[in-house]
Amino acid sequence: MHASGFFLKDVAGFLGGYYAFVALMNGIAALILWRKKGQIGWALVWTVFSIAMMVLASLALSASPELVPALPASVRATVNRYSGPVLYTLGTFALLMGMFIFRKFFVRPMVAWALLNAMLLLMGLSMADQNFASIVMKPDNVPIVGLVFMLAFFTWLATSQAVVNDDRIARGLPTVEKENDEKVLVWPDLVYTELICMVAVSAFLLIWAICLPAPLEEPASSVKTPNPSKAPWYFLGLQEMLVYFDPWYAGVVLPSLVIFGLMAMPYLDFNKKGNGYYSIEERKFSYLTYQFGFFLLWITLIILGTFLRGPNWNFFGPFEYWTPYKVEVLNNVDLPQMFWGGLLDRPLPKAPAGASGLVQAGTILLRECAGLAIMGAYLVLLPPLMAVTVFRGFYAKMGFVRYMVMANLMLLMLTLPIKMILRWTFNLRYIISIPEISLNF
Amino acid sequence: MAIGETVRNSQIWKSIFRHPMPLDRRNRIVVMLTNFFLHLHPVSIKKQGIALSFTWCMGGVTFFLFLVETVTGVLLMFYYRPTLEWAYNDILALRDVTSLGILRELHRWGAHAMVITTWLHMYRVFLTGSYKPPREFNWVIGVILLLLTLLLSFTGYLLPWDQLAIWAITVGSNMARATPFLGYEGPGQQLLTVGGIDMITDASDARFGLLGARFVGEETLNRFYVLHCIAIPLATALLLAIHFWRVRKDGGISGPL
Repeated sequence: MHASGFFLKDVAGFLGGYYAFVALMNGIAALILWRKKGQIGWALVWTVFSIAMMVLASLALSASPELVPALPASVRATVNRYSGPVLYTLGTFALLMGMFIFRKFFVRPMVAWALLNAMLLLMGLSMADQNFASIVMKPDNVPIVGLVFMLAFFTWLATSQAVVNDDRIARGLPTVEKENDEKVLVWPDLVYTELICMVAVSAFLLIWAICLPAPLEEPASSVKTPNPSKAPWYFLGLQEMLVYFDPWYAGVVLPSLVIFGLMAMPYLDFNKKGNGYYSIEERKFSYLTYQFGFFLLWITLIILGTFLRGPNWNFFGPFEYWTPYKVEVLNNVDLPQMFWGGLLDRPLPKAPAGASGLVQAGTILLRECAGLAIMGAYLVLLPPLMAVTVFRGFYAKMGFVRYMVMANLMLLMLTLPIKMILRWTFNLRYIISIPEISLNF
Repeated sequence: MAIGETVRNSQIWKSIFRHPMPLDRRNRIVVMLTNFFLHLHPVSIKKQGIALSFTWCMGGVTFFLFLVETVTGVLLMFYYRPTLEWAYNDILALRDVTSLGILRELHRWGAHAMVITTWLHMYRVFLTGSYKPPREFNWVIGVILLLLTLLLSFTGYLLPWDQLAIWAITVGSNMARATPFLGYEGPGQQLLTVGGIDMITDASDARFGLLGARFVGEETLNRFYVLHCIAIPLATALLLAIHFWRVRKDGGISGPL
């Protein structure tokens, strides 16, 4: 859809204020760099950027289709054409891994500030697109935008402290937290901080409540199903998993395992280091496992499920119109079909009509033998195999029970990315499919 | 100044506050020990442990948001009636005609913010390794509190009784009917029969227990209202008390050993 005049008039005021805010932010940063830090070069850079943002603000306020700053239509079309679940997931993974590996570079204040500005600029340019804005500006989706920026900020804050600590540990120095072991009285130091936090949060919440009305749609009707029908935003990662698994696994077993796994974590992490201070080097395995689960299997799936899944849960690019008529080819096959039909070139085993329960059960087991063998190997053989190879040190330190719980939780967590990859590469729907007892995996 | 002095020397003031103003070291210690609301805190604390860059203040903000939700929630309960006849109309009136209808905005955005701050608090606790001994069990309580926070938000989502509400709850609660053995579309439920009669039907399965009906209807609204306003907040308040108490008992605010 083209950006209509009405839409631009609605969004112009917001965009003008938004760019003015970014300009102000950079102006203040430039002032601090110049007066407090004496970094005149950087101060100049952000002054120029700030002026550019003021220009964008005035252009946005014009509300004219020619002047409002936006991404070129060709760029938006290209992004729409090439975006899809595969590129989105792998791209996020590559991006986060890159930032992790080169974290010493990315935590530098000027690099982080440039990245923040790039994020804000991209966000502003995208908001001039009607399709993008209509999804992002849905009242209940606004918190997720806030979450993304807050996660970026706090991850930067934590990583920059971890980088400093890791460097100090490598040089045999105590961590920053350990070095400052001065004690202060709770009154006034802590109670005043708490008071200021409460006032700040109250002010923030009031401004949010005044600016953004809570959503209220048509009265509930059990006969009018909206398309798409979505769960509350914090559960959309789980809803996205339904693409790859049946509800019993994606909606019941996996969430229960997430809760159980989180609870088990302190009892599985035998590493005594890294207690009470920021560090990455001292606990790389637990750090990477947590970040993988939190960022890739929770946050990015929520973003995907909220902003990029439209009618019929089809994937839509960020600037694409959510048409209910988009058709996606469904050519997924089950492993038994691949095994019996594709590999052995035989029909699926089928019990004769009127066969006894035992014969029927045996036939089902025969039909599903490939999937059962794979899952058996994955969950039964792999843990001991890993105990004598990659996790040999872990096994020795953890003992049998703790190791088995850890290994199984890891393997079950990895079922999601593995199933994603199998779907993308082989169009695999189910590894095991026993509709007789509603068991599809 | 004189009035302030008179007030502070009055019998009423002295009966409430058992100490002079906390302006010197002695009284700053005494205030922490004698004030009910402050006694959650220790008297002195590691400066590093309360640095904003270290704690992000996210646990405190989450608790403050819980208090905001409690206060705004109680005020909204005076107005809102959880019946098919009135639920939607009451919310509509809160939006269009009622003074202080902004309480609903505060309540809804506060709820979203509380989910986010809970996640950020857990993220910080993980990144500083503060779940490690001796704080393992407090982390477990924290995970239960995370679950309760999500359930509070989920049950509250239904109450406006608009399209957004019932379909979000329908999608969410449909998962329960796929519960292994206990949901009527779940794997293995076919095996639970007595004399050829199914034990697990759409009127006896896990989703029915959650909704109080075969679909999201009046029974569900009542059930979610009670869970949202009474059952889950009480459980949360109890666990919060234990959570805070254990912060003190498990070695205070986290820091290097």
